[in-house]
Amino acid sequence: MWRATLRNLLAHKLRLALSGLAIVLGVAFVSGTMIFTDTLSKTFDDLFSSTASDVNVEAASAFDSGLEGSGAVSTVSADAVDEVLEVEGVAAAAGYVQAEGVYVLDRDGAVLDTGGAPGIGISWEPDRQLSSSTLVDGRAPEGPAQVALDVDSAEKAGYALGDSVPVLTTGPRVEAELVGVFTFGDTGGSAGASLAAFDTATAQELFGEPGRFDGISVLAADGVTDAQLRDRVAAALGDGYTVRTADEQAAALAGDFQEGLAFVEVFLLAFAGIALFVGTFIILNTFSMLVAQRTRELALLRALGAGRAQVTRSVLAEALVLGVVGSAVGLAGGFGVAAGLRGLFGSFGLTLDGGLVFALDTVVWAVAVGVLVTVTAAYLPARRAAKTPPVAAMRDDHVAVERSLFRRTVVGSVVAVAGGAALVAALVVDDGSTAASLVGLGALALLLGAIALSPVLARPFLRGIGAALPRLFGTAGRLARENAVRNPRRTAATASALMVGLALVSGFSIIGASTSASVDALVEESLGADYVVSTAVGAPFSAEIAEQIRGIDGVEAVTQQRFGQAAFDGAPTFISAIDADTLDSALVLDYVSGGTEGLRDGGLLVDEDTAASNGWSVGDSVPAVLANGRPLDLTLGGIYAANQAAGTVVVSLDAFTAAGGEPLDRFVYVDLAADADAGAVRSQLEGTLEPYPVVTLKDQAEFAAEQRGFVDQLLLIINALLALSVIIAVLGIVNTLALSVIERTREIGLLRAIGMDRRQLRSMVRLESVVISVYGAVMGLVLGTVLGLALVQALATAGISRPVVPAGRMLLFLAVGAVIGVLAAVWPARRAARLRVLDAVATA
Amino acid sequence: MTIQDIPTPRVGLDAPAAARSVGLSKIYGAGDTRVVALDAVDVAFPRGEFTAIMGPSGAGKSTLMHCMAGLDSVTSGQTYIGTTELSSLNDRQLTALRRDEIGFVFQAYNLLPTLTALENITLPMDIAGRRPDQEWLDRVIDTVGLRPRLAHRPSELSGGQQQRVACARALAGRPEIVFADEPTGNLDSRSSADILSFLQTSVRAMGQTIVMVTHDPVAAAYADRVLFLADGRIVDGMSAPNRERVLERMKAFDAALGA
Repeated sequence: MWRATLRNLLAHKLRLALSGLAIVLGVAFVSGTMIFTDTLSKTFDDLFSSTASDVNVEAASAFDSGLEGSGAVSTVSADAVDEVLEVEGVAAAAGYVQAEGVYVLDRDGAVLDTGGAPGIGISWEPDRQLSSSTLVDGRAPEGPAQVALDVDSAEKAGYALGDSVPVLTTGPRVEAELVGVFTFGDTGGSAGASLAAFDTATAQELFGEPGRFDGISVLAADGVTDAQLRDRVAAALGDGYTVRTADEQAAALAGDFQEGLAFVEVFLLAFAGIALFVGTFIILNTFSMLVAQRTRELALLRALGAGRAQVTRSVLAEALVLGVVGSAVGLAGGFGVAAGLRGLFGSFGLTLDGGLVFALDTVVWAVAVGVLVTVTAAYLPARRAAKTPPVAAMRDDHVAVERSLFRRTVVGSVVAVAGGAALVAALVVDDGSTAASLVGLGALALLLGAIALSPVLARPFLRGIGAALPRLFGTAGRLARENAVRNPRRTAATASALMVGLALVSGFSIIGASTSASVDALVEESLGADYVVSTAVGAPFSAEIAEQIRGIDGVEAVTQQRFGQAAFDGAPTFISAIDADTLDSALVLDYVSGGTEGLRDGGLLVDEDTAASNGWSVGDSVPAVLANGRPLDLTLGGIYAANQAAGTVVVSLDAFTAAGGEPLDRFVYVDLAADADAGAVRSQLEGTLEPYPVVTLKDQAEFAAEQRGFVDQLLLIINALLALSVIIAVLGIVNTLALSVIERTREIGLLRAIGMDRRQLRSMVRLESVVISVYGAVMGLVLGTVLGLALVQALATAGISRPVVPAGRMLLFLAVGAVIGVLAAVWPARRAARLRVLDAVATA
Repeated sequence: MTIQDIPTPRVGLDAPAAARSVGLSKIYGAGDTRVVALDAVDVAFPRGEFTAIMGPSGAGKSTLMHCMAGLDSVTSGQTYIGTTELSSLNDRQLTALRRDEIGFVFQAYNLLPTLTALENITLPMDIAGRRPDQEWLDRVIDTVGLRPRLAHRPSELSGGQQQRVACARALAGRPEIVFADEPTGNLDSRSSADILSFLQTSVRAMGQTIVMVTHDPVAAAYADRVLFLADGRIVDGMSAPNRERVLERMKAFDAALGA
């Protein structure tokens, strides 16, 4: 039996390659994702473990929300450094300053591209034992006019020692002479982030607080362990400090980051899963067809005495070999995928140094997934093959009996209806997260139901759209239609792969279009200012910018908005701090009770949901604590309808600043005087902002466009990843057609003999392909529209308030479906047209 | 009687030939594996005649038919359908010629399973984009007796009915010539008789030209003339055959070949 299995595999190299390809692609994507995320996390692990000090001291945070951007940094005083130095077993200790939002500008005055990685400012520690950076050229920066940069940034910007480097700090913009370049940590990489180092006093001046530090690096004397030192330092300093060993510090830093990475991994693996899911169809379909074609051969084996189990085993063994080989090739392809992803992230500026990480996990998972999927997909056809009666071998024209679709219809309908019910329920449920999970479950059920029902729907659909084919394309059209409906299961399974891909693509398109429309509406409804000044990614920037804008003639009002976190009753919440005086000119808040007046003098504004869930009403006293531990005594002065720009909680800028909130703006709203010359003011504004390339000036339309840009970019990435499943679907169509052509060799020969020319034959195969892919595309678009709209409804509370179906894009997808059909048919059609008539007629 | 005594068949030069060949050779392989399937065959199939080609297995019967019908290329010599020489045609012209001038009936019924009987019958004309001659079509359908079965698919028809559909298809386009390759090879004797008398009728009553390859003396007896093929050469001919005479002649071959 084994010999027969192997012989059979080798005898059909082409079929083998086709069905193997689906496995290869699926496994390549899964393993590529794993390799890439491993590489990503190793890069950051290296980065975070690159601390030279043995123990690190920071001021403790009042609460740990686990979220970035507390908006109120706690610092340690110079006295604390002295206290640490007194501790027994401390060999050395020094305070350090470190801040994000310090950007290096290149020669053209543009911000050095860090691809989303932060621009970091640090103080240069003169005691080299305490520093994790290594000077590779030049000397240490001294005084306010000298700076050192990390090697990558200096190289990217093309700066040499002695050059004057403009640096945007969280305070003023400065020009400093480049006196040194350094590498960071053990690997020398900074994962794309730019590092600008000044001497400690300058760093405190530019992006810290004079006389205060962000933390203290402590070095242990010989014979003192890190843990001992930690305990002694902690005991000496008392409460209010977080003291960690180097390992704990690395773990804490990496921990935050790992959560972000885990998201990336889940995101990528989700697409790998989709690709594999789609690939499963193709493998299933391929094995079904191969077994159907080999009915006689298998029946002959049965007639010669092979047992059912033996036949099943032989088909499964084929799948096993194919799965192992496909997984191995896929694993190699995974390296390519990982390298591609690395290149992609590199082009966004996130440079990953060092080689790709190839963990044993990756091999185990990739092979397990590849083999398991293949063998599972082959099981049903194998069992069916074993049931082939031996008499089939004797008969010339054994036709596999078309199995009833009744069970499919019942199961598919039940699952689909359940899915639909879940979607409807999601619309009724108030709670956002419940609704989202209902939509998720409903979507999955609807998708599975549609897959089960697709053979049932195929016949009426194909007859319907196929009705036009004979009229348009004559006999070739009619034969194409008949061939497509001949085996609804096969057609449906082929189309299902495309359906899944296009359902997701169109669903995301609807979400994207709805989000864009909602952004437009939001900007139009809630933005009162003429201009918005902000960074592209909502990063913080120096408050000096707002100050300078205030000085421009024709500017009526400038409103600064800052973000932070505060704990209400111990629950950390994002808050937004806005000038009480000019709020009304910047944002349009729709008050349910109270008003902007209520924000003054320690007032607080919240949206309806927040007020309702906390049981607050106007006039209530609401105490809060900032991350630095300082209290805010607030009184609720207004409740407004949900507003994305304002957020859920608004405090006044004065109160926030007084409590030690970070003096960094996120948004600055500019309102012009009624009689101002808009053009002149704008050019003045632009002139003012020129030294600060990190921020841009946008009017309402431009601001909306910038916001939409993120949506479009995200959509582009998602579609690029989904393209893989579409490619696999195309391969599936190629596979089905190629195998159908082989199966119908005699028919094709007959058609050629009685006068069908090659062109007509090609068009027959092509039309069949188009009919199948259009079926898949239509099913996918209908499904995608339902799912997309359901998800938009479920996300209504998250601000996606305008459901939009982008009709033009949907039509484009349909056209893409048809084009996919044409492309998929190219090779099988040529193969069919090249069949020699006589061989075809003579093939018994 | 020995083979040398058998007179060479008279090539019908006086009547216009529906198809003919001049010095037709077909050689497969080269060197040790060289097989001469047809050896300089000169043959003509007069219009309006029912010719049967007989011979032992491997004599070259099917090869002759395939070459004459433009399904296979020739090694040397010429083949004509009417006045058209086939080797001068490209694939497209050859396809059109097969479609318009030639009808085929194969041993395995060779119908398209997705089409109804009627659709199968009109398929060559549909491919050409021509409307069938309704009057002629009706006559063909009635002659083969398929009227009640026109809407059925091949899987719903018996073997004999399927072959009748194939015959109707071959005749529906009024081709210059019909080639039938063992048309009764898969049929029981009663269905065979139906098919053969139908073919005979189409020649006698409708003036069709038919060339039929067979190894069954009973089938050959329906023909106007029988050509005997052996080792790639036409070795004998017989007009107005009947079963006994054909059998006798075949026995003579066996004896000669056996000697």
